[in-house]
Amino acid sequence: MEELVNLFHGFAVALQPYNIMLMVLGIVLGVIIGVLPGLGGANGVAILLPLTFSMSPTSAIIMLSCIYWGALFGGAITSILFNIPGEPWSVATTFDGYPMAQQGKAGEALTAAFTSSFVGALFAVVMITLVAPLVASFALQFGPAEKFAVYFLAFCSFVGLSKEPPFKTIAAMMIGFALAAVGLDSITGQLRLTFGVTHLLNGFDFLIAVIGLFGIGEILLTMEEGLAFRGGKAKIDLRVVLQTWKELPKYWMTSLRSCFIGCWMGITPAGATPASFMSYGIAKRVAKNGKNFGKGEIEGVVAPETAAHAAGTAALLPMLSLGVPGSPTAAVLLGGLLIWGLQPGPMLFVEQKEFVWGLIASMYLGNLVGLIVVLTCVPIFAAILRVPFSIIAPLILVLCAIGAYSVHSSTFDVMLMLVFGVIGYLLKKCNYPLAPLVLAIVLGDKAEEAFRQSLLGSQGSFGIFLSNPLVSTIMILGLIALFWSVIQEGYTRLRGTVAGPGSRAA
Amino acid sequence: MTTGSSSNTGPTHKLVEAGVTLAIALFGVIVIFGSVKAGINWGPEGPRAGFFPFYIGLFILASSAINLWHGLREDNDGLFAEWGQLRQVLSVVIPTAIYVGSMPFIGLYVASIIFIAWFMRWLGKYNWIIVLAVAFGMPIVTYFIFERWFMVPLPKGPIEEWLGL
Repeated sequence: MEELVNLFHGFAVALQPYNIMLMVLGIVLGVIIGVLPGLGGANGVAILLPLTFSMSPTSAIIMLSCIYWGALFGGAITSILFNIPGEPWSVATTFDGYPMAQQGKAGEALTAAFTSSFVGALFAVVMITLVAPLVASFALQFGPAEKFAVYFLAFCSFVGLSKEPPFKTIAAMMIGFALAAVGLDSITGQLRLTFGVTHLLNGFDFLIAVIGLFGIGEILLTMEEGLAFRGGKAKIDLRVVLQTWKELPKYWMTSLRSCFIGCWMGITPAGATPASFMSYGIAKRVAKNGKNFGKGEIEGVVAPETAAHAAGTAALLPMLSLGVPGSPTAAVLLGGLLIWGLQPGPMLFVEQKEFVWGLIASMYLGNLVGLIVVLTCVPIFAAILRVPFSIIAPLILVLCAIGAYSVHSSTFDVMLMLVFGVIGYLLKKCNYPLAPLVLAIVLGDKAEEAFRQSLLGSQGSFGIFLSNPLVSTIMILGLIALFWSVIQEGYTRLRGTVAGPGSRAA
Repeated sequence: MTTGSSSNTGPTHKLVEAGVTLAIALFGVIVIFGSVKAGINWGPEGPRAGFFPFYIGLFILASSAINLWHGLREDNDGLFAEWGQLRQVLSVVIPTAIYVGSMPFIGLYVASIIFIAWFMRWLGKYNWIIVLAVAFGMPIVTYFIFERWFMVPLPKGPIEEWLGL
């Protein structure tokens, strides 16, 4: 019951006119970010983070999380209308969304996508409301060994679940850890890995890495492809919306299944992209008219969109309750918390009630506002896409530079951003995943601290990570996640069936 | 932005990937070297500063070795990118490098105006009116949003000082 009171208090905070204004602003910016190539949820939030330094943390997180929701909504627009996934998690939406648009059913596809996104997000927010406080109070008992085990689990699920080759995932992740280690060692106060370069005293800021890897890297990829936008106009009128809404309840089973897939994949930090693929794949196998998937089936839009949005939202659960972000964007939000002087993790629920519940309440409202904004303003957002890339690209590059500069007011960071951009381009082309790299930079120091503190407690014995049922369970779950693809392969081989869509080549 | 379709040559994917893998391995070696310098054994206050990164470096090296082996074994004769495509990429990277490098001296605003104008005129071939409108419009809007409303100072050069901003 106490949670309910807190939630109502949160609504009172989120419903202040100033915060509602920020919510709408965030959603609009978010959709634009989601629509534009080279600006995704993670680097969009990273660039705009400095704007929030002068706000109260609650208002700041409301605006930034709304940018995130907006970006999730925005990805669907480009996928359906232009067959260009604005975000990786909307790739699966193009399979049926774009054919629908070509058949002149863009309005239906968009309505279905937005509504499913909303349903998925709502499901995940309800789950967060109910589960997050429990997880947080449970996590309050964690010692350093358990904390390290949680990080271990998080990173192992990356290796086991991502579609990139496992050793490339490990390499990318370890690069992140190494970058995080540069600079002042937080335990001994000693300098390390700086090689005498004074700029590296404070190490690498992950915000710079995010802006470079995702922002600049994406622009370079787009330049290489020589992307030319072609696509139809979009118009949604009330009649189409109502008609589609009448049709959607038929797919409640797909929706519900996608919600569960999304929530599960969102909590384990594999994220929205695999969730959307998995949900699409299962829906295709289970649905009555699964054979028509890929030719413009509305159910093929519902499944990935619901899962992607549920996963994107659920990614905030571990960030809030454990301090372990479930996606790069959640990682950026976590970085924001640190900058505003809040300590992410279970204590947040005890010490910063207003912040946490204000955020949770704003998730309900933000997604509602988002649904209304995207349904009414699709033509405007689609028009942005018709602005040629040679105008958009320099503006995005300048925005990235501004964002990178304003993190620490340092022009060195801007140069670093460009270096990260080129690295991001090369890594992406060579099929290295970038998300684990970024998460490792964010969590590196904390993971190392937990690791060393546990070893201190045990006098250097690794037995500490299997010393009690709780820590052993988490560690074993981590190992299962690490070898998940191997286990899955063995299982399918045992059953003698062909591997499913999980083996899809990248 | 179409690339020259006549030139279907370029570096092979295999070659570039091997290069990237070796660069990552080199990074791993640097990390190991730096960690050893910081001390990888136990000190009076527990594991020393290089303890954790040392193993990270080993992981980087080991996984790079496996990646290199996988990469070379793979039957992939595809191109990494055509030369024309790479020229497109470099036509963004080099000006951006100049833009970023000049920022400490002439400030963000002037650099941005020149950069946007160059980009639109050179790659987009717009007429000067649109070019100048966007090139001056964007930094001015930025000035008001960042410096006036949100109080985030951005780097300035001699021209801004002369204008008294």
